[in-house]
Amino acid sequence: MIGIEHYVVVSSIIFVIGVLGIFLNRKNIIIILMAIELILLSVNLNLVAFSAYLGDLTGQIFAMFVLTVAAAEAAIGLAILVIYFRNRGTIAVDDVNRMKG
Amino acid sequence: MDYAVSLSLIAPEIILGVSGLLLLLVAAWGGDKGARVISIAATIALGGAFALVAPAVCGGWSGPDTLAFGGQFRADAFAGLAKLMIFAAAGAALIVAPRFFERLGAMRAEFPILVLFATLGMSIMVSAADLITLYIGLELNSLAAYVLAAILRDDERSAEAGLKYFVLGGLASGILLFGMSLTYGFAGTTNFGGIAVAVSDGLSTGQLFGLTFVLAGLAFKISAAPFHMWTPDVYEGAPTPVTMFFASAPKVAAIALLARVSLEAFGSQSLAWQQIVIFAALLSIVIGALGAIGQQNVKRLLAYSSINNVGFILIGLATGTLAGASAMMVYLAIYVVMTVGSFVAVLLMRDAEGNPVEGISDLAGLSTTRPALAWALMALMFSLAGIPPLFGFWGKFVVFQAAVQADLIVLAAIGIAASVIGAFYYIKIVKVMFFDEPAGTVTGKGDAPHWALLLICGVLVSPLGYLLTGWLGGLADMAAASLAVAF
Repeated sequence: MIGIEHYVVVSSIIFVIGVLGIFLNRKNIIIILMAIELILLSVNLNLVAFSAYLGDLTGQIFAMFVLTVAAAEAAIGLAILVIYFRNRGTIAVDDVNRMKG
Repeated sequence: MDYAVSLSLIAPEIILGVSGLLLLLVAAWGGDKGARVISIAATIALGGAFALVAPAVCGGWSGPDTLAFGGQFRADAFAGLAKLMIFAAAGAALIVAPRFFERLGAMRAEFPILVLFATLGMSIMVSAADLITLYIGLELNSLAAYVLAAILRDDERSAEAGLKYFVLGGLASGILLFGMSLTYGFAGTTNFGGIAVAVSDGLSTGQLFGLTFVLAGLAFKISAAPFHMWTPDVYEGAPTPVTMFFASAPKVAAIALLARVSLEAFGSQSLAWQQIVIFAALLSIVIGALGAIGQQNVKRLLAYSSINNVGFILIGLATGTLAGASAMMVYLAIYVVMTVGSFVAVLLMRDAEGNPVEGISDLAGLSTTRPALAWALMALMFSLAGIPPLFGFWGKFVVFQAAVQADLIVLAAIGIAASVIGAFYYIKIVKVMFFDEPAGTVTGKGDAPHWALLLICGVLVSPLGYLLTGWLGGLADMAAASLAVAF
């Protein structure tokens, strides 16, 4: 029987993969965008699982909001990436160093 | 709750939202030619929202009457006071921005509209009484802010600032959201009042994880150490009016939100979050003070200064008392004035052609070349350092007083010691301005609105500001008292 704890464990694993994807990735900014998306999806999995477990609709409504905002966020991220590429001609993570830090 | 009553409670947000949408249409039809008009209209909309919020603050609104839409939204005096600061800071950004961008030939019609939407998001954040409202407000603010950071499309640094802000902001939202999903799952509700009931007899492990993730996500947004890495780069790369906006308004919103989450939702479990907040406060103060040493860029230095100040503000929250929340609001108000003033002074640093200069070495000998600017900047720097005759001292004083009253004497002592370290780099700027050989770089004329704003901020941080202490303290006390704290 698959219980709530299985869902939470899976979503935590996905969340950690997403966070590691941002910090360990040394190649491409698109991969960072995918990692952010992965984090948001792990949250959605959590919300929907809890919602079903608690028999409470709020979590599913919350997941709808998260999906919508994630779409907007991805659009803005790609737009910023495009103007960055136009200026620098590269989207490699190691080249984002015009300012130290 | 009656629907009409709910609508009347969110009247300031409706004004901001509707005027933002209407101005978006104007921008779509008129293009960048209408940028000036849109800017003025957006400032007026902010003024209207400001006037609508004022009664809530002066009347000290509190209690269940301030809840709108079935407990999703709370228009109490605490939110009101934060909104007044946010609207004032956003208005200041709108006033200084057109001159700056027109000089670069990059005044776009969407700038004032993005500021309006970011302000709307912040306004929703500080009024949030539910995790969903919190998330929507936070994202509305963040998404507009990412675009604002990258608004100088042809400038490498601006694009890079936007990219860095986006990636780290997205990560912060993800962490915050993960915490909210755990909180929802283990508390069974997203409503702050409901969470307060669910955690009233101790935190379960799941709730503790949720709380920690939520605090970490919000610490990112207020750029408290150890989540401050993005701040110097974004502040340096973003155009100066945008940096001024980032350093003032969103900080107020995120700190007010942090206070509401900790005190309203988790107020009964203050021991659980106090340690985290104390840790973040001390680390921010120390990193802000040490990191600023050796910086060559004024905006970067002010970024570390803002990290440092956030640490002092968090001391107020770390007390976990209403007196601490009140002290925090007083500090925030003074901080907004000092930050706006400092960045306006940076905007006034121009070379002979009118191009902005940002190096600290360019300030050398400013007292002989531009005495008015040098004296104003000196007052602001001493105020940021918290040196007594100036108003910045008062903010630090009330925060430390609250900390001592709450028996956090060690925290207060370390804070005072670190503020002495912090004074070093503020005084270094004054030394460069007054005792170094003139560099002769900052010679350009400033614009009248910038000087007017600098004058207002200068008067407010000068010892004349102490005339306001009674009034400001009274408002902050009323605001703190209106928090629906669950002790």
